[in-house]
Amino acid sequence: MTGQPLVRARGLRVSFISREATVTAVNGIDLDLDEGEVLCILGESGSGKSVTLRALLRLNPKGKTVMTGALAVAGHDIMTIPDGRLSAVRGKVVSMIFQEPMTALDPVFTIGYQIAETLIRHEGISRREADRRALELLELVQIPSARRRLGAYPHELSGGLRQRAMIAMAISCRPKLLLADEPTTALDATVQIQILLLLRSLQQELGMGVIFVTHDLGVAGEIADRIAVMYAGRIVELGSTVDVMRQPFHPYTQGLMGATVHSGTRGKRLTTIPGAPPDLRFPFEGCAFAPRCSHASDACRESMPAFRHPGPGRAVRCIRVEDAEIKHSPKRVSAMA
Amino acid sequence: MLFYIVRRVVYVIPIALAVSLVCFLLVHIAPGDPIDAMVQPDTPQEVIDRVRSEYGLDRPLPVQFGLWLAKLVQGDFGTSLIKGRPVLPDLVSASGATFVLACTGGLLGVLAGCILGGIAGVYRESWLDRVLLGTAVAGVSVPHYWLGMVMVIIFSVNLNLLPAMGSGPGGSTAWAWDWAHLRYLILPSVTLAVIPAGIVTRTVRGLVSDIISQDYITTLRGKGLRRAGIVRHVVLNAAPTVLAVVGLQLANLMGGSILVETVFAWPGTGMMLNTAIFQRDLPVLQATTLLLALFFVVLNLVVDLIQTAIDPRISRR
Ligand SMILES: Nc1ncnc2c1ncn2[C@@H]1O[C@H](COP(=O)(O)OP(=O)(O)OP(=O)(O)O)[C@@H](O)[C@H]1O
Ligand SMILES: [Mg+2]
Repeated sequence: MTGQPLVRARGLRVSFISREATVTAVNGIDLDLDEGEVLCILGESGSGKSVTLRALLRLNPKGKTVMTGALAVAGHDIMTIPDGRLSAVRGKVVSMIFQEPMTALDPVFTIGYQIAETLIRHEGISRREADRRALELLELVQIPSARRRLGAYPHELSGGLRQRAMIAMAISCRPKLLLADEPTTALDATVQIQILLLLRSLQQELGMGVIFVTHDLGVAGEIADRIAVMYAGRIVELGSTVDVMRQPFHPYTQGLMGATVHSGTRGKRLTTIPGAPPDLRFPFEGCAFAPRCSHASDACRESMPAFRHPGPGRAVRCIRVEDAEIKHSPKRVSAMA
Repeated sequence: MLFYIVRRVVYVIPIALAVSLVCFLLVHIAPGDPIDAMVQPDTPQEVIDRVRSEYGLDRPLPVQFGLWLAKLVQGDFGTSLIKGRPVLPDLVSASGATFVLACTGGLLGVLAGCILGGIAGVYRESWLDRVLLGTAVAGVSVPHYWLGMVMVIIFSVNLNLLPAMGSGPGGSTAWAWDWAHLRYLILPSVTLAVIPAGIVTRTVRGLVSDIISQDYITTLRGKGLRRAGIVRHVVLNAAPTVLAVVGLQLANLMGGSILVETVFAWPGTGMMLNTAIFQRDLPVLQATTLLLALFFVVLNLVVDLIQTAIDPRISRR
């Protein structure tokens, strides 16, 4: 797997088609993720974070979703792979955890069954062997009295334990890529931190690549190598966590982080920005953030700004940002203009 | 779990008592004197009184009820006023016939409803869904009488394919699972199945389309389960509700079987009840109503227990 990124998306667009309207939730995303790398996607509600994540596994509702662009995940071309072969990738090479562990687990099957079923599907092992592995996994995610919990139904567990069970299920086949859609948002603050620490230690232990969606700046700073900021279906800023946190370039990112980025961001919610994101049913020209941006000029409304590269590994869609002189290390960013 | 079962079974006893009281009283509340039906119009009053006391009909109601109950417990369901022989053997053979018809009709209905409703739920909002839903609504609204007669006209009179009446060749009432008898079962059981099929179709359609849009189905797809694996989850999630609806349909099924048995002259409890009503055969009427009602109580119990066993969300204490 030398040279080939774990995820490579080029011009990825996802639209939902209904009789009334066509909603373009993801509007041309370029993204690369290396093996073992942790990327956080930040952005307001409705910016297309979940849709992007689901698109990586082609999990958006069949029939009403149109996906275009190029997308390869772990060497599989997600745009063309047949359903049968895709199902062998899902849960095995790439797996996903969701925001609400209550609704994401089937209420009428035990935790143990739901973990074992994944193992049986992908590893072809016996029910007994799968049960034994499920127990190991529950112990790995530090669920107390794991043996008893195997036979528990989701409603019998607390939110934190449910999310741990969900994580156990997701890592059961040692995936190369874990997609986590706000896995801590529905939990209490103290439980959030525990789950976060667990995810980080599992990521390091298994060497997984992780794409992590969150609203929480502190969470992003805690676990991400890089941060991607999404707005209205596009990535508007991308860079290493340290860089983006220290010096956000895009006015939207600056708005999100508020004035006090430099200290005490743990647990801090994204600052709200006046105005509302554009209606995705109607195509727009120019920078989608212009109507809410205090620096907007006529040039902003003419066409969507291309990426500028103000520093190594950084990309920003804003005409006010200057390309940096130094051109070294354009590894990921060069393809994104 | 065992304690729960025992408790539920014990609960049935007062219900059964209440049911038998209602059955007993219903017959007495109904207008008309049963003795009138047994004797010639010009019978002298002394004879009428003697017959009345022979059958215990001159005693106070509570005493009559007590006596009736005591006999029931001993397996004495009374004696038919018309035929002059014990009700029980006739009731047993009629129950057998009803059982065959109701089970076949019910099974057909539930099976058809689950399959059609499942398809409609998965392909919700498509033309296929609209066709199926339309058929289901039509099925629910068709009266048994009318449908039964139309079926007889088409399949018996015009096409001459299937018999219109009875439950066996030559008017025999003994049942057997062979083609000679099954031919008689087809029209009545299909007629009986149509309404439950329609209702189950609508229920299952709603359930399935609701379940497949749940988050946990996305989880299942996301972990790579194949279609058969996902169907398993959908079925087990839908099962408790479907069972509850089917349980409620049992009442309909029994009501329906009375009509259907009458239309097709099927020798079951429904026809027996119908005849007893027209002949004012009080003991037969009481015994048949009671049997049907108790049957209903027991079925509800069974449905409830099965539901509890398969749905972990219902408390098992
Ligand atoms: N199945 C769908 N059908 C139609 N529109 C959808 C569907 N899923 C998402 N959308 C739309 O796509 C847009 C982006 O949604 P998405 O769930 O990706 O937002 P998000 O960034 O994850 O927000 P949040 O932070 O609230 O989770 C929204 O406008 C949403 O209404
Ligand atoms: Mg989301």
